[in-house]
Amino acid sequence: MIVIGEKISVIAKKVREALGKKDPKPLQELAVAQDKAGAHFIDISIGPAEENGPELMDWAVKVLQEVVEKPLCLDTTNIKAMEAGLKAHNNKWGVPIINSTSNEPERFPMMELAGKYNAKIIALTLGKGSIPADAEDRCGIAAEIMARAMENGVPMENLFLDPLILQLCTMQDQGLQAIRAVKMFQQLNDPPMQTVVGLSNISNGAPKHVRPIINRNFLTMLIYEGLSAAIIDPLDKDMMDTVKTVEVIMGKKMYAHSYLDM
Amino acid sequence: MALVIPKETYSGKIYNVQLGSGAKAVTIGGASALPFLGFEGTFPNKPAVALEVMDIAPDDWPETLRKAIGSAGSNPVQWAKFCQQSGADMVALRLMGTHPDQKNKSPEEAAKIAAEVAAAIDIPLMILGSGHAEKDTQVLQAAAAATRGKNCAIGKAVEENYKTVAAAAMANDHKLIAMSQLDVNLAKQLNILLTQMGFDKERIIMDPMSSALGYGLEYTYSVMERIRLAALLQNDPMMQTPIVCDIGANVWKVKETMASDAEMPEWGGLEDRALAWESVTASAMITAGADMLIMRHPGAAAKAKEVISELMG
Repeated sequence: MIVIGEKISVIAKKVREALGKKDPKPLQELAVAQDKAGAHFIDISIGPAEENGPELMDWAVKVLQEVVEKPLCLDTTNIKAMEAGLKAHNNKWGVPIINSTSNEPERFPMMELAGKYNAKIIALTLGKGSIPADAEDRCGIAAEIMARAMENGVPMENLFLDPLILQLCTMQDQGLQAIRAVKMFQQLNDPPMQTVVGLSNISNGAPKHVRPIINRNFLTMLIYEGLSAAIIDPLDKDMMDTVKTVEVIMGKKMYAHSYLDM
Repeated sequence: MALVIPKETYSGKIYNVQLGSGAKAVTIGGASALPFLGFEGTFPNKPAVALEVMDIAPDDWPETLRKAIGSAGSNPVQWAKFCQQSGADMVALRLMGTHPDQKNKSPEEAAKIAAEVAAAIDIPLMILGSGHAEKDTQVLQAAAAATRGKNCAIGKAVEENYKTVAAAAMANDHKLIAMSQLDVNLAKQLNILLTQMGFDKERIIMDPMSSALGYGLEYTYSVMERIRLAALLQNDPMMQTPIVCDIGANVWKVKETMASDAEMPEWGGLEDRALAWESVTASAMITAGADMLIMRHPGAAAKAKEVISELMG
């Protein structure tokens, strides 16, 4: 499974301050740590960055790729900043991921950028109005997004469908609907569509000591249904051990007594 | 409608491992698809054929072999030169004389012979212990140091002695042969342990433990297939090392390579039969993905090289 490291997020105080001061060190340290822990992509979330978005993303992409030989997952709602990030990205180690588009019209330009820069893109199955009711609803939205991808020349293998993870503590039935959606998304295309989740949303609002347990068990169920990628914290060893163990049980990785060390 | 050949896409690739130096250096590995599926991937290197030499005379080898080797067998240096002249890609020096149940030669004696053999040939050298895990640690340490700079393959590192044997290979810039007992998971485990002690995974050659035709060959074949599937389809970095098959030692112990014409008239002449036994075992291992073979009979080795040439096209 593809691990997208989530640690460099504007939500974290340390990251927010580093982005504000343009201090590369804290960001680079987080990137290196996630790289070592086995992340395949490093997410860089700068938020809306309304003032200096393009310049900030350009800077962040460059300083991160100075220290990690990995593709990045560019995370901003600012279209201009996204384009600046795509331009700055070094594709030597793989193409970047755009995080994200959805079925909301204001997010359509992200899909245009994916076509223009031949990037991968995460698509939240979220439309205008209310949140999707169930897995079937999510598939309907996914179909519209896939059609838009084709119109923009984005090949299906570059699209990651995200079922939109909602919090368990207030919408208990939605966890299962997201798992069903991951299974159903794959059937929308041959070869199967790729899927991704922002995992930790599932445990939002739950007590701190419960959150990792919810996250890990939810991830196990999602991988079992064929999840291709997850935005998670690769520095959480229990989480990474869960990923490795499920992959071994499912026969995707060969067992060895020290499989957790690899 | 035109027929479209279904193709597998592989995400992994076998490491290239170079042995020896100069014009006669040999590189093995590099495959990016299952063996010889040229329409699915590339095979930059031919499997290499090594002929086996010992530090003692081959008195306990079957007569067919002794006849082929002739007087060269009485001296390891002459024997190694004979192998080189016979067209071998490599020489595999097995330090059998160091085994406590054999001549119990000292590590120093073994190292001296290894250095002499290395100096006498210009094809790459493989240095194998006697298979006595404890004694091999001292023998291989000494032999590795005595052949420093020759870029040899040293082995076999096994579960009981891998730390010392790997350290000897590492300290003297050699490659390492790591053997596990016919088990994919143990093979992976040994490679993980070697990597964890700081040994570069791209300098390991895996020995899945071979056997002879009719004596469990299919187990080796099946283990090799699973190793390759993990390496290529699952992109498992611990399984992407080239594979060596040590077949001569197995083949020349079975009845089919020893029973005389008089004993088994319905089996055909001994010499043809014995050579066929080793070359057919070799071809099976080649098609299963062996990157390197250790053989004993120059005639059978020549046959194996013919098979390789035809398969490589």
